[in-house]
This record gives sequence, structure tokens and C-alpha cells, in this order.
Amino acid sequence: MENENIITQLSIFVSNEPGRLAAIAEILKNFNINVKGFNLAESSEFGILRTIVENPDRAFDCIRSKGVIVKKTDIIGIATEDSSGSLFEAAQIMAKAGINVEYGYSYTGKDSDQLFVRVNDTEKAIKVLKEAGVKLIKRSELQ
Amino acid sequence: MYWNEKMECMPVEEMRKFQYTGFKSLIEKLYNSNKFYHDRMKSVNVRPDDIRSLDDVRKLPFMYKQDLRDYYPTKLFNVPNTDIIRFHASSGTSGKPTVVGYTENDLNYWTDSLARALTSIGIGDKDILQVSYGYGLFTGGLGLHYGAEKVGASVVPTSVGNTERQLELMQDLDVTAIACTPSYLIHMSDVANKMGIDIKKDTCLKKAVLGAEPWTESMRTKIESTMGIRAYDIYGTSEMAGPMFTECEERDGIHISGDHMYVEILDPETGEILEDGEKGEMVVTMLQKEAFPLVRFKIRDITSLNHDVCECGRTSPRISKITGRSDDMLIIRGINVFPSQIEYTLMRIPEIGNQYMIEVTRDGALDNMRIMVELKPDMFSDKVTDLVRLRMRIESELRKYLEIAAVVELKAPGELPRFEGKAKRVIDKRVF
Repeated sequence: MENENIITQLSIFVSNEPGRLAAIAEILKNFNINVKGFNLAESSEFGILRTIVENPDRAFDCIRSKGVIVKKTDIIGIATEDSSGSLFEAAQIMAKAGINVEYGYSYTGKDSDQLFVRVNDTEKAIKVLKEAGVKLIKRSELQ
Repeated sequence: MYWNEKMECMPVEEMRKFQYTGFKSLIEKLYNSNKFYHDRMKSVNVRPDDIRSLDDVRKLPFMYKQDLRDYYPTKLFNVPNTDIIRFHASSGTSGKPTVVGYTENDLNYWTDSLARALTSIGIGDKDILQVSYGYGLFTGGLGLHYGAEKVGASVVPTSVGNTERQLELMQDLDVTAIACTPSYLIHMSDVANKMGIDIKKDTCLKKAVLGAEPWTESMRTKIESTMGIRAYDIYGTSEMAGPMFTECEERDGIHISGDHMYVEILDPETGEILEDGEKGEMVVTMLQKEAFPLVRFKIRDITSLNHDVCECGRTSPRISKITGRSDDMLIIRGINVFPSQIEYTLMRIPEIGNQYMIEVTRDGALDNMRIMVELKPDMFSDKVTDLVRLRMRIESELRKYLEIAAVVELKAPGELPRFEGKAKRVIDKRVF
């Protein structure tokens, strides 16, 4: 059975052309894709839009049908009440377990803050975080 | 299989005699009847009597593209207008187009040349050939059309454009071979993918005759592996008649029929005749043309010659793949760069697609080259560092091969322009 704590993020390639981001946002809008969180990583000549969406499988197919480069990436969502303290705690647990955090971004929700991270070993990270009592977001909570 | 065994396999010395005879009578005719040639020969003090061997051809003055523009449209023609049965015109990239004319014999020689070429790559009466070169003023469509009919192939004259419909016909008519530009074939394959058609599995296509723009071995490998076909290079320009010559099954150079065309390769700097294998500027003389003769025409294509008899048995000399046109050559910070070299390098990088654009700008006294490539969807990493590393790897490959620094930009698939006719992949924004 798939681990319910693994969250699917969609990573979208955005080239450095005026209007490219707007064009992608328009695709999301036209397909009624509900965005729960996003982050734009950029270098000087291109960007990568990372998004958490409702029904990522459908969103993936919709985006790809428009010829846009999109990829599914497994990430973990950490529910936090006090983000700086929790970030420290989670980071320390993973560091001890030898897990590398590749990138992360946060989103302030209604009930809690959410911290999304991409790590080099998702399964192991979920295991050690859960064992340490850190509250992880379930995939179903984002639907 | 030969179409015209006598001419295609004629012993080399006998062919040289044949060429000399043809040359001699051509020069005599032009000296006596054509003011342009008469004046040109007078200007270097050469009379027909001075041509005593094939090597004496070197005494004759060159003809340039500019001559064709200066004598626009038909002032270089050597027959009365009533003998012309067809015109073609080339796209004038700089100024006026050039017009070429054909007598009935001219069309026959041209068609015969293509019949030989198609036969040499095994295209014959069992084949269904889709001609996706433009029909009209461009010589590609009609040229291939008549050549293919001559060998008894069934022609599907689709011309360029309406790609979905072309693919539908390709499937429904069991097309076995296609003639078009390499960039159009790649475009077709992209469109086929979008329509859910796998050219390899869902069509009967086996062969492609590709030309009208320079392309590289690495592009050939890509085309052949993705479409499951064999691709052959075809060469010719409207001044010569149109597309005329192809590789044979050996694919080790393009066979130039000696009875149609005499080729010299010159050092572009010194003008000296180069040895076999040395790359230089091609100069051509058409030995049979009536309406629009061409003597020592500087065609501006860069290639080398090979006079060794080919494995296929043909004795005609072969030219290597055209690596560029001296007109296309870019000089970037003093270094000569052919777009084909850039293409060659790019095609060997698996993470990027087949489309690319080159943009040259000038910042003060410095030339800058920007090369835009499309990322392949399945090669996308969502980590910035991976993509930056890919970009740097492409840049370093280009630097290794071209010895100049270019800035590479990664684009999403479909963002770069597609070309249905001749691809225009270089944008030179410099002002000199």
C-alpha cells in the first residue's frame, strides 16, 4: 500500500520568457486546478514552479496535454504550530538519521502551518519523523 | 541497381574525355552566342581555343550569385524564350529572387539525374513516395515528383504543410518513402507523436530523402532511430536545376554524375584547387544545360571531393555532406562557426530535443552567441542545480568543439519555432 504521508508535488519547467508563468497559471485556471501551495525556484535563465494541488494525477495529465514539461515528485508535508521551532526539530531529527533536505517551502493554512520538504530518502524520513512524534500531513488532507 | 549503367559506371578516364568534349562545345557555343560569357572570357583573355584539356577549365572566370541578380531575370539565358518550357525561382534572401529556366531537354536531364539517384537508394516502382517538398517556384517538389514518376514510383504530391493530413495519408496509402527537408520530417514526427502515431510502428515508411538545408550525421542517427527508417542525403540547388544527386546505399558521399556536372573544390582564401578529402568551396559547371548555362559557378557550399570508385560500382566522384554554405558561416569574435557544427554538438546531447535557434548579438565590440534548445520532457529534473549543470555541460561541449563561448538557454518543448520549408535557425542581430 502506498504511504499516505507521501505527497505528490508537481514540478513545472518555466523558461525565462515574458508571459511564460502567466501562461502556465492560465492553464491551471482553465482546468480548474486548485493550488494548495506553491514555490518558484529560479535561476537566471529559467524557473521551476513547484505546486501542491488537489488531485495531482488529473492536474498532471491536464498540464502535460498542453505540452508543458511537468513531473511528479514525492515530498513530505509537516504540520507545525510554531514554524521556526518545528522546523528546527524536524531538521534535527532528519539530520541525525542522515537524511538530506533538498529544498522546502511553507504554506500557512487555516488550522496549522505546513512545511513541505523534498528529501533524498522519503520513506526513511517519514519513518523517523513519525517515530519522533512529528505530525505529518496525509495526502487525503489535501484533497 | 543502376538507372543508366553506362554513364554511372563509365571508366574514369573515359568520363574525363566525355566531360572535356562537353566542356569544349559548351564554351564555344557560349563564347559565340552569349554576351555575358563572351565578355567575361575576354576580360581574362581566354578564347575557346585556349581550352585544350579538362584542366584548362581553370583558365575560365568564375560566375557568382551576384551575376544572377545583376542579370535578373533572364538575361543569362542562352535560348529564345519560346524554347523555355518552365521557370522556377529561388527565394531571394537578400534582394531579388533568382529565376531559372528550362528547355525540354533540361527537364529531361534533371529528371534522369533524379531517376538515377532514386534507383541508387532502392526507390523504384514498388514504392509509394510522398513528396513533402514545396511544390511551386521551389524546385524541390516538382523535381522529385518527376524523378519519382520516371522510376515508376507512385507519387503522393502532398507538398508542405497541413501535417496532420499528411500523416493520415502516409498511413492510409502505405507510403514507403518520403522526400522533404530534415527539419520538416522532424516536425512531422513531433506532430505524429501528438496524434498518437508512432511512425516506426504505425506506418510503412522505410526511407527518407532529405535535403535543401544542411544537416548532420548526428541528426541522421536521431531521425533513423526514432522513426525506424533509413535517411539519405540529397543535394542540388535551383541554379543547377534543383535537387539532383543523392548518396547511394553505401552512404559515403553524394554521387555527382560526371556527365551532368563538373565539380572543383577550391581553397576559399587562395583559390587553389584542393586535393581529395580537403574541404573547400565548391565550384560547379553544368555540362548539359541549355536554357540557363552555368560555368564555374561559385555555389558557396563547403564540401570535399572523393574520386575513389565507390563500393556500389559507380565511378562518379562523391562530395562529402555539405557542412555549411560559405554564406551561412558566422564569424564570432574572429572565429569561423558553421551552424552545422553547433547542430552536430547539440544532437549528441540526449537531454535536449531536435529544435534549436542561434542568436548572435554585438555588445560594443564583442560578439555574443546565444543558443536556445528545448529540454526533453522525460529528462526534466525539478532541481535547479541539475538543470544548471545540464546547461553548463552543453556550454562546455560547445566550447570544446567550436572553441568559442556560447550562452545556452533551456526552453520548454514547443517554444522554439518550427519550420515547414527551409529552417532558419540563425538570427544575426549584429550591425556591421
